[in-house]
Amino acid sequence: MSIITTISTWIIPFIILIVLVAGTLKKVPTYETFVEGGKEGVRMAISLLPFLLGMIVAISIFRASGAMEGFVALISPILQILGIPSEIVPLAAVRPISGTAALAVTTDLIKEFGPDSFIGKLASTMQGSTDTTLYVLTVYFGAVGIKKMGDALKVGLLADLIGIIASIMICSYIFGF
Amino acid sequence: MVNLIWVFLAATGIVYAMFNGTMDEVNEAIFESADEAVMLTIGLISVLVFWLGIMRIAEKAGLLKGLANLFKPIFKRIFPEIPPDHPAMGYILSNFSANLFGLGNAATPLGIKAMEEMKKINHHSSVASRSMVTFLALNTSSVTLIPTTVIAIRMQYNSANPTEIVGTTIIATSISTIGALCIDRFFYYRRVRRNKS
Repeated sequence: MSIITTISTWIIPFIILIVLVAGTLKKVPTYETFVEGGKEGVRMAISLLPFLLGMIVAISIFRASGAMEGFVALISPILQILGIPSEIVPLAAVRPISGTAALAVTTDLIKEFGPDSFIGKLASTMQGSTDTTLYVLTVYFGAVGIKKMGDALKVGLLADLIGIIASIMICSYIFGF
Repeated sequence: MVNLIWVFLAATGIVYAMFNGTMDEVNEAIFESADEAVMLTIGLISVLVFWLGIMRIAEKAGLLKGLANLFKPIFKRIFPEIPPDHPAMGYILSNFSANLFGLGNAATPLGIKAMEEMKKINHHSSVASRSMVTFLALNTSSVTLIPTTVIAIRMQYNSANPTEIVGTTIIATSISTIGALCIDRFFYYRRVRRNKS
């Protein structure tokens, strides 16, 4: 268990080291290239703003009104049997549909329960472990004009389900309840 | 779909507040959360700038290409219908490597190129080919090494250890990817059986 935590701490500095050394060896103008890539980061964050703001406000209304509690209380008996923490359900429901919406739900959970709580860690893992199925299908099939998707949607959604279940099991095992 | 969910959240919240007597809280939440979303985005800039900068160097240094070569033998088995030296395979591999590093913006154009090449292999049909379905299965369960945005959000809310979730994310993403490939195979063989009978 501690091995996974150690890898988590080491992997980012380690990748940075490899990239910088490899860049220098390949005679890449490292600093200038870094700045160039960084500019894209600014654009990306700014373009995320309206997506996040819109969804976060809607979730806050839902939560502040008490509707979230009502909803969770309603479905929690079923989830308890399955061993799924009910707080995570909104995220699991939104994850395959919209990436930015899921990001907003994850943010809300991290804020509400704290980043180091079990729910916070589980939401973080879930958010990072799958991509938005509907978005991927729309973009890729749309771009090349495929009209019949075959089994792609079924496969994508089932894979999301596996990702969600895997996240819950792994987090329960490593971080504990 | 997103539109519906969005309206559902806000509208049920407001209607619920009418009966629950929580309209004051709702009012407060609207303006506080909007403010918070702006602060959050500003906080995200730090990590995104740094990581995308580092990854641009990785791209220029040819690390993405190296990674693609590393995965080539496995991908030959995953995509048996694509000749190993066909450009489609090249694009699939670069798309996968870009996703691995969390370079979503770089991965998408490469993925579209891969789809175009696969469409050529499939004689320009408008029906998804076997390889396409596999490729999309791989993409929807995308293997990510570093969940940059999530780490940034954890930092924003003062996590004691923002990167703690990297290990669990890598395991979860690997399981979902392997799962996606198995499900894809299962559906493929089912199609084959149906066509025979």
